[in-house]
Amino acid sequence: MAKVIGAVDINRERCKGCNLCVVACPTDVLGLQPKEVNDRGYHFAYTVNPDNCIGCASCALVCPDACIEVYRVVEK
Amino acid sequence: MNIEDIKRSENKVYSKPELLNDTPMHYCPGCSHGVVHKLVAEVIKEMGQDNNTIAVAPVGCAVFAYKYIDVDWIEAAHGRAPAVATAAKRLNPERLVFTYQGDGDLAAIGTAETIHAANRGENITIIFINNAIYGMTGGQMAPTTLEGQKTATTPYGRRIDLNGYPLKISDLLAMLPGTCYVTRQTVHTPASVRKAKAAIRKAFENSMAGRGTSVVEVVSTCNSGWKMSPEKSNEWMVENMVPFYPLGDLKNNSEK
Repeated sequence: MAKVIGAVDINRERCKGCNLCVVACPTDVLGLQPKEVNDRGYHFAYTVNPDNCIGCASCALVCPDACIEVYRVVEK
Repeated sequence: MNIEDIKRSENKVYSKPELLNDTPMHYCPGCSHGVVHKLVAEVIKEMGQDNNTIAVAPVGCAVFAYKYIDVDWIEAAHGRAPAVATAAKRLNPERLVFTYQGDGDLAAIGTAETIHAANRGENITIIFINNAIYGMTGGQMAPTTLEGQKTATTPYGRRIDLNGYPLKISDLLAMLPGTCYVTRQTVHTPASVRKAKAAIRKAFENSMAGRGTSVVEVVSTCNSGWKMSPEKSNEWMVENMVPFYPLGDLKNNSEK
């Protein structure tokens, strides 16, 4: 069976840490930085479990600040 | 396969729309405005109208929309965006003209302009962000505020005997013969974002085809004004806003 592997790139300076991508992700890839903040003081999103990503782009669709880029590869 | 091999441009499935500028948006974290801005930018690009669009900005949170979407913008006086868009479309009938308004702009101060532009059947699209509150000025009661909803000016909840009923302006517009397409959408889940995008596309196509006024109402959240987290305000919206403002097409004469 073909396996879908995905990856996300998060623009940490654009992110406002609203947590909506974390809620939207079906495979629990994303999380908010618990301590670190970006230049504007937000706890930006990052990939907690990057290996789980399936490249569905749900996080990017609901992101209000357009900071997520999604990549997807189908491995045969 | 390691992560660097996946992150190549040929594998990219989603990125920031080209028409969206790099300027960080001033909206609060989790605001629905950002998602709708993204959809508008994507649809304009997909339709190939990026050099052929005149957008009219409102007064409200979206007042700086011209900084974020790279098309030509006109800033209208408070509530007068449909009147300005009427002039823009009549003088430039080949252009895509749309207004982007909130509920305070469209349903309160601009009710007359909105209803008359729609009743004249102007070939414009109205994108209407309904978050049931005046977001920019600090969360006061708007005409669309729900019964019992707490705001800065109704701290014990909106009372019908004192403040009247919430206004379903899209239903009013759907009754007018000048409107062609009136729909109500949300942008809180990936599926609803896709539906909202299709609705915006249909509305833009209608206004280019000269079928009359199209209205896309987006039931949105205002987490700062509602004093909730973005996640909680999405849940509150689904529980309280959606039953009162039911989703779906209120009128669809797109294929006439």
